[in-house]
Amino acid sequence: MHQHGGGFGLDALFALPLMLAIGCYVGAALRVRRTGQGWPMSRILLWAGGTAAAAAGFVGPLAARAYTDFTAHLLSHLLVGMLAPLLLVPAAPVTLALRSLPPVPARRLAHLLKSTPVRILSHPVTAGVLNVAPLWVLYATPAGAPMLDNPLVHLAVQLHFLVAGYLFTASIIGIDPSPHRAGFATRTAVLLLAAAGHASLSKYIYAHPPMGVPSAQAEAGGVLMYYGGDLIDLALVTVFCAQWYRQARPRSPGQGRPAARGIPRQGAGPP
Amino acid sequence: MGAPQVPRPALRRDRSLWAALMIGVGVMAAVDEIIFHQVLAWHHFYDRSTGDIALLSDGLLHAAELFILVAGFFLLADTHRRGTYSRQVARAGLFLGLGGFQLFDGLINHKVLQLHQIRYGVDILPYDLIWNAVSLLLLGTGAVLAVRARRARPNA
Repeated sequence: MHQHGGGFGLDALFALPLMLAIGCYVGAALRVRRTGQGWPMSRILLWAGGTAAAAAGFVGPLAARAYTDFTAHLLSHLLVGMLAPLLLVPAAPVTLALRSLPPVPARRLAHLLKSTPVRILSHPVTAGVLNVAPLWVLYATPAGAPMLDNPLVHLAVQLHFLVAGYLFTASIIGIDPSPHRAGFATRTAVLLLAAAGHASLSKYIYAHPPMGVPSAQAEAGGVLMYYGGDLIDLALVTVFCAQWYRQARPRSPGQGRPAARGIPRQGAGPP
Repeated sequence: MGAPQVPRPALRRDRSLWAALMIGVGVMAAVDEIIFHQVLAWHHFYDRSTGDIALLSDGLLHAAELFILVAGFFLLADTHRRGTYSRQVARAGLFLGLGGFQLFDGLINHKVLQLHQIRYGVDILPYDLIWNAVSLLLLGTGAVLAVRARRARPNA
């Protein structure tokens, strides 16, 4: 029953853009380092790890199995749509591009980031809907599962989850310049709703196997999606809270105890 | 420490209380997941009697529990660095959170939403009674600690 979705030639075709992604990033990082600005090794490793996680959904044994085995399909969806973005976003590719590009393209990129379409797409609500709504259409409507039988649709779906997952993760914990970042309250609400949508859908898949999917595969896949999603959401929430913690720090050591000392400190902002 | 006592806010506005309460809720939810779902395998992932709406609220609660556990630790660390942390108040909050979640799980999740039962293939009544009695015990402990903490504060 395992007819592989892509031969060796097709695998190489998909591997190319992924190699390119690593090559461009490392090239840009070396360029920035040469100018003396520095670029952390940890970000290079994050980018490589994220690219590898994304690659697992497009090339290799897991990607091949994902065409026929629903559990493998859900695992590849976790890797491509959730784990890869979690690693790629902290690698700050946009910051790297802005620093390494020549002035004119860099300015164009900066303008693009401020444009209305980018602003809409990178808003947590839009990005959250782009992530969760297609999941429900694919796995909880009768039209969904048969669509995945078509290799091209399958590929498009994986690509969509990579891009939408990146936009979502960036809207929640992004460190790249974002001219209109949503506040912590909005991001908290979206993060909660998205995680809830994911957990509910996992159980829904367990309870109602999508059309043509054997119930054993749906059950194993649902449990995997639930707990796998939990692990990644836990990491996402931790990074998110750590960012809040850093931003909410008292501006001066005395600020937390207003009555303790009457001496105003230099640099202390308004309460 | 030797620092003069800082006037503290009313107990219900004390961040130590709420942060610890969040941790209590999150810890009990994690205990529920680890002990009863995974180790004992008494609870079921999905027991086929759950309605779809209940499934949605289950997902929302699950996400909130995860968030609350992590956020609680960071909020508590925040009170610590601001010098407003009170161990006594935090302990009260922790027990209120533990018992509160246990009671909520026992009444709402198990009985109202019918997400899953404590155990299957047995007479469920003693399990339910013990479950909810333990939650009341935890809540009671939290309440006693809260009252004591309020009496102990300088400007109660």
